[in-house]
Parts: sequence; structure tokens; C-alpha cells
Amino acid sequence: MSVPTGITRATLLKDLRLEWRSKDAINSMLFFSLLVVVVFSFSFDPSAEESRQIAGGLIWVAFLFAAVVALNQTWAREIRNQVLDAYRVSPAPANSLFIAKTLGNFIFVSVLEALMTPLFIAFYRLRALGPVWQLLLVAVLGTWALVVNGTFFAAMSLRTRSREIMLPLLLFPISIPAILAMVQSTTAILNGEGARFWIVLLVTYDLVFTTVCLLLFETVLNAE
Amino acid sequence: MKRAFPILGILTALLLSYALYMALIGAPTEQTMGNVQRIFYYHVPSAWTAFILFFVNFGASVFYLIKRQPAADIVALVSAEVGVVFCTVVLVTGPIWARPVWGIWWTWDMRLTSTLVLWLIYVSYLFLRRFSSGGQTPLLAAALAVLGALCVPFVYFSIWFFRTQHPQPVMGGGGSIDPRMLHVLLINWLAFSCFSFLVCWSRYRLERLQRDVDQAHALESLLDPRGRVR
Amino acid sequence: MRGNGYLFAAYAITWIIHIVYLGTIVSRYSRLKREIEELKKSGVRSQT
Repeated sequence: MSVPTGITRATLLKDLRLEWRSKDAINSMLFFSLLVVVVFSFSFDPSAEESRQIAGGLIWVAFLFAAVVALNQTWAREIRNQVLDAYRVSPAPANSLFIAKTLGNFIFVSVLEALMTPLFIAFYRLRALGPVWQLLLVAVLGTWALVVNGTFFAAMSLRTRSREIMLPLLLFPISIPAILAMVQSTTAILNGEGARFWIVLLVTYDLVFTTVCLLLFETVLNAE
Repeated sequence: MKRAFPILGILTALLLSYALYMALIGAPTEQTMGNVQRIFYYHVPSAWTAFILFFVNFGASVFYLIKRQPAADIVALVSAEVGVVFCTVVLVTGPIWARPVWGIWWTWDMRLTSTLVLWLIYVSYLFLRRFSSGGQTPLLAAALAVLGALCVPFVYFSIWFFRTQHPQPVMGGGGSIDPRMLHVLLINWLAFSCFSFLVCWSRYRLERLQRDVDQAHALESLLDPRGRVR
Repeated sequence: MRGNGYLFAAYAITWIIHIVYLGTIVSRYSRLKREIEELKKSGVRSQT
């Protein structure tokens, strides 16, 4: 196996193992996700007809909050143990670390989404009029869009004051086209309409931003 | 070089005055909207100027990523700041125009919405520059600028499609423009472009001076009162 | 005639925004000039 993929796999497995053993972050995140869904249900009356029409948007805003909270602790462990400095002097390519972190975040956020979705479906009595596999595709593409940029900006925020607020501050404006696409496609599929344009937009967005983040991550990691 | 600045300043002031005269008096009055339409001559050139400045920011950031020249970093900072100023003008004059014409302050119209997202992206860029420390700022900012600039086509595409699905009143009207109005529009654009250049130049000189002073301070703290390294 | 009020407001606020920004540049510039004077003075002292 080539070195970069080996490092990616090792880093990812390490993160997953550490997370599984301590279950700190995952437990608090799961509870946070539940809270978000409940608060939304009180704020946007689930029995009202209008709420069902904006459910697509509500779900993604909830996912966005959960993603930000998850992303903020992306590099927390690394900072505590000066791992990043070790990484900088090692000959390992920075990209491997980035992909590992992004995949880890993706898995993490997907778990949270998997928990929140049934709750939303139950509370808002959602029914998908369109094909469910399309909803899953949108979920995967949308989550990746948030997570790839989020992991990148989380690394950037490390070098700033007010680290926790910097991440959403940087992430939200650039994510707006993707968020629009996620929400519109989800709403369209739930209502049985076509979402082709939005899905294509998401695929393009994911490709472009994944590539650019990979190209620029080394620069950000080594910025001195 | 130093003498060019006051001369250009006076020329720009004259051009701006002429452009203002043309906008208020020289240009023909629009049929449906009346005098309020004249806001157009300030709203649109400000938008174009902002876009050009953001493009300069993109170019300077890419240049910095490749060559690591401090001057490029200063150009990136300056163009983003002045771009945000002009973008703010667009976002403020837009609603002032919309209110008497459509009775509402904001319509999520395609152009105004895209401009708002652009403003948000570059304001976040300025926040990153302010909140990051010292040596890393130029590189981090340049990376963010590249991501932001790449986002722009997505912003326009997504909002365009969104608007075709959920149509709203279009500000500034579509369709063809009276050649006399186009003439006044271009004059105002030229005037504001010259103005933005001078503002950028001033800001550039300020930033250059600021960095020199910061360096002098840093040097002072390194050396003891007798000029020897501490 | 109400339209003219909006027209005036739009033009006025455009220039207010620009003048405020230029004002920040000018005030930072004069503050820097003062700092440079102080640096020069302390610089002279360290050379004696």
C-alpha cells in the first residue's frame, strides 16, 4: 500500500478508535443533535402545513449546527498533544492528514444526521414523494461539502484568536451555494419534483472545493 | 510619483463632479420610475468597481501564493477592503432604490442577493486578516481568497436557478438601455474607478508605512538602548 | 416628489460611506506619523 493511503488509513483509524474508546465527543454531540431537533420543533410548529414545506431547510440547518460543533473539535486532540508540530516536521504528505480528518468528520457528522433524521421524520410526519435514494445522495454530497470546507477552515482557525467563532464565520458564507442546493434539492425530492440541477451543482461544488482544499492544505498547515 | 497623487486627485474630483452633474441633470428622466432611477448611476458603477477589486484580490492572492511577495499581500488586503466599501454602497443604495419603486426594502432579487453573499465572503476574509496573528496571516488570507473567488460562480449559478424557480421583481430592470443613459453610466463608472484607484493607493501607502513601523518596533524591542542585541 | 428624497439619500449615503472610510485612513496615517516621530527621537537616544 502506498505511503499516503497508509497514513490516511492509520490516522483515520486512530481517530475512530480514540473516539470510540472515550465517547466524550460523540455522546455530547448526540445529545446536542437531539436538543436541536426538539428546539426546532418548538420553534417551527410541526403540525402546521407550512412547516412541512420548509422541512428540507429545517433539517439542513440542524445538520449545519451539528456539523459546526463537531468540526470545532476536529483538531482539539492534535493541539493538546502537539501532534501538528510533529506532523509538520515529518515527511508525511499533509494531504493524507487532511483526507483522514475530513473522512473522520464525515463519518462523525453522518452518524449525527442518521440520528436526527428519524426524529425529524417522526416529529414532522415527513413523507418522501420522490425517490429516497436521491435523498441519500443529497445527504452524502451535502455533508461532504460542509465537512471538506469545515475541516479546512478548522485548520485555519487554529491560528486565530476566537477560534470557535472563526470557523462558522469563515464556513457559512462560502457554503451558501451548497446550502441552497442541499435545501432546495431536499425540498424538491420530498415534494416529488426534480432536483437534477441542484445535485449536479453539489457534485461540481464538491469536486472543485475538495481539489482546492487538497492543494492548499499543505500551505495552511505549514504557514509560518 | 508623489506629485502624481495630488494631480490625479484633482482630476478624479473633477471627473466625479462632472459624472454627478450628468447623473442628476444631464441624463434623461426615466419614464416609469422618474428621478429615483438616477440612483442607478451610483448603484451599478459601485457594483462593477467592487467586482473588479475582488478580482484584483484574487489575482494578488494567487500571486502571493506563488511568489510570496509582501507587496502582493498588501494589494490583496487593500483591494478586499476597498471592495467591501464599494460593495456596502451597492447593498445600501439597492434598498433605497427598491423602496419607492416596489414598496419593499429587499426582494432577494438575483443581483442583490449575489452581491450580499459576495459581501459576506469578503467581510469574512477581512475578519480572518484581523483575527490571525502575524506571520501566518498573508498565507491563510491568500488561501481563503482563492476559495472565496472560486465560490463566486457557484453563488451566481445557484441564485440564478433559484430565482428562475421562484421569480421575484428584478431590480434595475432587465432589457435594453437608452444610449444616453449608458453614456452617463459609463462616465460614472470611469469616475468611480479612478476614485477607487486613488483610495487603494492611499490605503496601500498607509499599510506599507504601518508595516515599516511595526518592523521598527520589533527591532527596537530586540535591541537594548545601546544598540546591541538583547 | 417623494422620489427625490430617496435619490438624495442614496447619493448622500454613498459619499458618507466613502468619506468615513477615507477618514479612517487619514486618522491612522496621522497617528502613524506621530509614532514615527517618537521612534526617531528614541532612535537618536540609542545612538549616543
